[in-house]
Amino acid sequence: MKYLTNIGLYFMMLKKVFTKPEKWKVFKTVLIKEIEDLGVKSIGIVAFISLFMGGVVAIQTSLNLNNPLITSYLIGFATKRSMILEFAPTFISVILAGKVGSYIASSIGTMRITEQIDALEVMGINSLNYLVLPKIIAVLFFYPLLVMLAMTSGVFGGWLAAVLTGLFSSEQYITGIQLDFDITLIRYAIIKATIFAFIIATVPAYHGYHVKGGSLGVGRASTQSVVWTMVIIILLNYFLTQIILG
Amino acid sequence: MIITKDIYKSFDNTPVLKGISTIFEEGKTSLIIGQSGSGKTIMMKILLGLIKQDSGTVSFGDKISSDLDRKGQMQLRKEIGMVFQGSALFDSMTIEENIMFPIRMFSDESNEQMRHRANLALKRVNLTDVNSKVPSELSGGMQKRVAIARAIVMEPKYLFCDEPNSGLDPKTAVVIDNLIQEITKEYSITTVINTHDMNSVMEIGEKIIFLKQGIKQWEGSNQEIFKTENQSVVDFVYSSNLFKKIRASFF
Repeated sequence: MKYLTNIGLYFMMLKKVFTKPEKWKVFKTVLIKEIEDLGVKSIGIVAFISLFMGGVVAIQTSLNLNNPLITSYLIGFATKRSMILEFAPTFISVILAGKVGSYIASSIGTMRITEQIDALEVMGINSLNYLVLPKIIAVLFFYPLLVMLAMTSGVFGGWLAAVLTGLFSSEQYITGIQLDFDITLIRYAIIKATIFAFIIATVPAYHGYHVKGGSLGVGRASTQSVVWTMVIIILLNYFLTQIILG
Repeated sequence: MIITKDIYKSFDNTPVLKGISTIFEEGKTSLIIGQSGSGKTIMMKILLGLIKQDSGTVSFGDKISSDLDRKGQMQLRKEIGMVFQGSALFDSMTIEENIMFPIRMFSDESNEQMRHRANLALKRVNLTDVNSKVPSELSGGMQKRVAIARAIVMEPKYLFCDEPNSGLDPKTAVVIDNLIQEITKEYSITTVINTHDMNSVMEIGEKIIFLKQGIKQWEGSNQEIFKTENQSVVDFVYSSNLFKKIRASFF
């Protein structure tokens, strides 16, 4: 029953979020700030993790290909497919659910317990629209770019592993990543990333906005929001894969 | 002027407000007092439109707030200034940006004009050289002054203050009280204050409404509260020995 209430409140929140902003000029300013906070500041961590994950995938694939009949260029092919299909859209979204989700939940939650949200409402400002809509648009706009960055960094990380470890040749790796290039898979990854981005922005916003209690409540909401965002991403990942690729 | 008529409010079948009717006059500081749980905060939230009453009406001038459509409600909110217990300044903004925020949202003034108005408001609350600071860099008293400056920058008709002296030392508390009263007179605002602070009651209570268990038990001025025979008011206001002595000396 509690879950149903929360789901109902979540959709009621979305209804209030998607209204016309009070003032476009202010909205644009807030949006730019959110793009910086939620997107630009995530570039480093996304590039770093993807680079190493690409390297690890390439090395592990190489170590597991013992059969001499299987050509080494499959290492590049497997790394590319892993990065595009799962690692970039899903794994990066789970990481961003932790980094960005906790930031959204705790910043909105703190505004709730310090009466800053009440102050907005008393001024006649739709606080959900003012606080949450720029976050949603910022992540919807920026996360597909982060996913592209993750794909590129991962594939590059695999090539670096080739060069640094000597387990497989750079030429074979490059041949592998050029093999059977399918734009549908990129489209699939971008669709998934966009849907996950929406979840990353809205689920923590919901938890933050409905915080009860003091700083302990904010901490609890932050943790809950990360857990629920991850659970929803994992579940959606399964169904989206079935729907789009199945 | 704000007029409330027969305000009732319950939560989970527990009545919190039972038929509150009163008038908050223009140019006067009206104080709502009462013990914790007496319904003061709910009363203020109903006045502000943050909570809807079960029955009864709240009128701002000739407008009954519950009869207004969304646009009317929004328009009314723009005529309201609010000072929160914890100041509720936006911690991601500087002091100047905090004060300019309502102007930025509801007017098309240039940055220069907005800055000018923000500076006037800051000057009115006797604050200087704080424009580029963030709220966490200011003391509690200074934050309260900034909150007052933000509340009055749009020249509101109605000013609400929730425990404006909470957490302040007695000297600063008196300064804040006097500031609120001066501003009320100067701009002819209808000011409603929720407070526990008996110094405020004695200092600026031009009209005092005493709530007990959701019922308006008494109303009058700070002069009348000295003479009242209402036992509930006497027990609440003169609970300390100091105030008992003051009351005794008054008679």
